[in-house]
Amino acid sequence: MTFWILAPIMVLAALGILFVRKAVHAALLLAVVMISLAVLYAVLDAPFLFAVQIIVYTGAILMLFLFVLMLVGVDASDSVVETIRGQRVLAIVGGLVLGATLVVGLTQTALGTVVGLSDANAGGNIQALANLLFSRWVFAFEVTSALLITAAVGAMVLAHRERLEPKETQPLAAARRVREYAERGAHLGPLPPPGVFARNNAVDTAALLPDGRPAESSVSRVLAARGTVRSAPDLADDIDEVQRQLGVEPEGVPEGGGTSDATGDTTEEVHK
Amino acid sequence: MTEYVVLSAILFTIGCVGVLTRRNAIVVFMCVELMLNACNLALVSFAKLHGNLDGQIAAFFVMVVAAAEVVVGLAIIMTIFRTRRSASVDDASLLKY
Repeated sequence: MTFWILAPIMVLAALGILFVRKAVHAALLLAVVMISLAVLYAVLDAPFLFAVQIIVYTGAILMLFLFVLMLVGVDASDSVVETIRGQRVLAIVGGLVLGATLVVGLTQTALGTVVGLSDANAGGNIQALANLLFSRWVFAFEVTSALLITAAVGAMVLAHRERLEPKETQPLAAARRVREYAERGAHLGPLPPPGVFARNNAVDTAALLPDGRPAESSVSRVLAARGTVRSAPDLADDIDEVQRQLGVEPEGVPEGGGTSDATGDTTEEVHK
Repeated sequence: MTEYVVLSAILFTIGCVGVLTRRNAIVVFMCVELMLNACNLALVSFAKLHGNLDGQIAAFFVMVVAAAEVVVGLAIIMTIFRTRRSASVDDASLLKY
């Protein structure tokens, strides 16, 4: 019964990994598959593997995936450009052939009667596994320790970054800014803050320049990559809407005049 | 018992297609994990079928190797991303030329 509930969920979640655009969603779908697998292990008389599956896979490996996704950046989305022509179609056809072969072959094979693990698990599943692990498979167990050490050292070596140039100190940064200003007229000071309007804490809204254009550099690069930046036309609509609610004639783009004049006009009209 | 093995075959196939079609290295890696998990399911169900715990031991070793592999693989992906600012499998083609 558990199987027939979990199997469709697992297949759907696994198919979802193929189709979702964002890697974070793929990781969450993979978590669904792995937790369902853990439950299936429990059904299959493997309580130790049930615990290990949850601790190692959903606990450790998936968290590692999520950490790397956050380091790499959520905006690193999948490109849909094919580098090898027809590769995607061939891959799907090949996958269907492989799946059909496996499924048809398996359904036509008689697997024999199920012996069941009640005898093998008589003294407890973990004790029975430990007996096997430390007798027949003890060499593989020892080799595993070497593998784990190698993996840990390898990860440390790969994650370590050799500093090729000296660290940029504050005087060096100041000198670089002035040099860039001299060479290409880059802005000397800090980037402008985002537009803060009365309606919300608008870090996602670009500040408006005096001529009404949005200042692109005032919004965080990450927000721009996620595509959650509110565009200036939207904002202009909002302003029009607010002005309409106040009973003020919506006007076009302010014509280069000082902002103090514009606000003065508005307040006057509201008071009328 | 057949249904468990069939499910593992289906999951393995989905993982295969994912490795072949997705371009993001991290998603490709997740699909490899899916294939390993599918094999584990087959091992555990065969253990029950034959009344023998060796299948569960094998699944346990697969999990250990998968954990080690994930650590090294993700470190490699991070290193490539650091130098090339991309996590796409198509961009890492320096060895080709």
